[in-house]
Parts: sequence; C-alpha cells; structure tokens
Amino acid sequence: MHEMIVAQNLLRQISDEAKKQNARPVAATISCGKLNAVNDEVLRFAFEAIAKDTLCRDVKLTIEHKPLQAKCSNCHRNFDIEFSEPKCKNCGNSEFELLPDAPLMLEEIEFQAENFYEKNKN
Amino acid sequence: MKKIKIEKKILSENEKYSIENSFFLMQKKKLCLNMISSPGSGKTTILTRTITELRDKLNIGVIEGDIQTDFDARRIRAADAPVVQINTEGACHLSAVQVSKALKDLPVDDLDLIIIENVGNLVCPSAFELGEAGKLAVLSVAEGDDKPAKYPAIFAKSKVLLINKIDLLGHVDFDLERAKADARRLNRTIEIFLISAKTGQGMNNWYDWLIEQVRQTGTWQERLH
Repeated sequence: MHEMIVAQNLLRQISDEAKKQNARPVAATISCGKLNAVNDEVLRFAFEAIAKDTLCRDVKLTIEHKPLQAKCSNCHRNFDIEFSEPKCKNCGNSEFELLPDAPLMLEEIEFQAENFYEKNKN
Repeated sequence: MKKIKIEKKILSENEKYSIENSFFLMQKKKLCLNMISSPGSGKTTILTRTITELRDKLNIGVIEGDIQTDFDARRIRAADAPVVQINTEGACHLSAVQVSKALKDLPVDDLDLIIIENVGNLVCPSAFELGEAGKLAVLSVAEGDDKPAKYPAIFAKSKVLLINKIDLLGHVDFDLERAKADARRLNRTIEIFLISAKTGQGMNNWYDWLIEQVRQTGTWQERLH
C-alpha cells in the first residue's frame, strides 16, 4: 500500500539525476530486500501513474530482489533464508539470527540522448 | 545510451529523519517503541490499561497515528497521558518526519517511555523506520493464528509480540502454539506475552518486561532518586 510513496521518492531521484545529466531517462534498475513490503506490480502501476506527464514517462523499471540472509547458530555460516523452510542450507539447523534486510535502492539509470533538457526547454 | 550508477536508498529521506529521531531519543535516554498491528487488535486499549496500571512507576507518552480522527488520542488523554495525534490523511503508515515533529510537541524530558501507535496495518508500517528502539507487534486471537506465517516481515522485525484478547480463546479457532512457533521461526529472540487488555489477564508479565526495558535505557532510576 505504500508503493505510491516509494514511487514518488523514486520519481524525484530519477528526475533530479536526469536534470543533472541533461539527458532523457529510459530505464532504471532498483533492488529490494524481502522485508520491504513492496509488490512489483503495484510499484510499476504507481510509478507509471505519476510519471506519465513527466520527463520520466518512458522509464522502464527493473526490480531486482535480494535474498534475506541469516547467520546459522550452529555452523556460524551465512545462508539465504526461505520463508517456507527456514533452515540453514549448510547444516540444516533451524536456529539462526536474521541479518539486516537489503534496503530499497535505486541502483542505476539508463539515459537515451544528450542535451535532452536544452532541446525541450521551450 | 549511457548508464549511470546511482546506488542510493530510495527511502533515504525517511532514513535521514529516522536517524535524527533515534539520535535525539538516545541522547535523552528515552525508550521508544513502535507499535504495529492490524486495525482493531486492541492497541489503544493495551495502551490505556498500561498507562493507568503503571501510573506510579512509568511516565508514558504516546504518539498516535491514524488515517483520520482523533478518537484514539482522546482515549489516551482520558487516561491522563501526554499524547500527540498525527493524521496521515490516507497514508497507510507513519513516516519519520511526522514523528520528528510529534516528538517536539511531547514533554519528552518528563517521560520514561514513548510509544508510537502506528496506523492499523500489518504490512506497510514495518517498512518505515521511525527512530524507535524496537518494534512492538500486536496480534489479537480473533485475527487468526496464520498471521505470523502470512505477514512475516513485522514478526521478523519485532522485539516483542503481544497476543491480545486471550479471553476470547474459547470462542475462536486460534492455535496459540502455531502462532508462537511461526513468529519464532524467523525471530528466535522475540518476546511473546499472552494478554487480555480487557480483563487484565497476563498484563503483569508484559509490565515487568516493559519496566526492565525502560530501566536498561535510561533516566528512569535517576528520576526516581
């Protein structure tokens, strides 16, 4: 439900960078952890809705999901945790500490043409 | 075509205020908990009972988050505790900047504990850090024992879980052991208390835990002596 807030922040960051680069953004890659409570489809919908009348209207979003990691209390190794079967993948132990979840990140932006801003000023 | 690496947190604006709030609370040595649950789980009833029954021991202040109305703030005020109401006007969670403003309106120096009652929602509030020392999840037995498995984020991130309305256990299909086991599967150290804020059952264990947390945080003992 908070995808709109995420979309607004994202739109602002991409627009700021576009102005800095003086170029037209066409794609952006973001990454998120497992506990960010962000639904891909809803985020895309929200982003399209607010970007449609802006210079970011053509931006295609790629959303990468980072696994949630845990540290096993038995073998002390880190492993990617599955909610359906929360066990250490190395030794099968089910006692572990969750490691911090990956934050929502804007990883990179792809731009099409130089001087987009100057040309479109008027 | 050119690609530019950005590598910036999308919610960096929220994070900035969250860190500021956390720093402010640490400097003041005040414990702050972020209370998260579905609507109707009994958050406000838990707070009013806790405030009333711990009146001689703890000074508790509350930041109330709701989409609309000040109904909950009025209940807290009726229990004679300082409260600041935030209306999110549609937003499904509180954000750190709102809490930062609310903290300025609370008599923080006179308090031992600040509880932020987040907007009733088991999903979104878990993604927005407010500067709290820990999250306090509430699950009422009427909601069903499958919630920790279905909404893992909040149970994975919480320091403590209150399972409320246990006076209704005979009337609803709620498997306590299943709910507890599912909550602990992702969070081995989560403290779980079974309570009824209506009848008072189990509240003393919760109070003991809460007082111990406050004692570890800060100025409580200095204020008493």
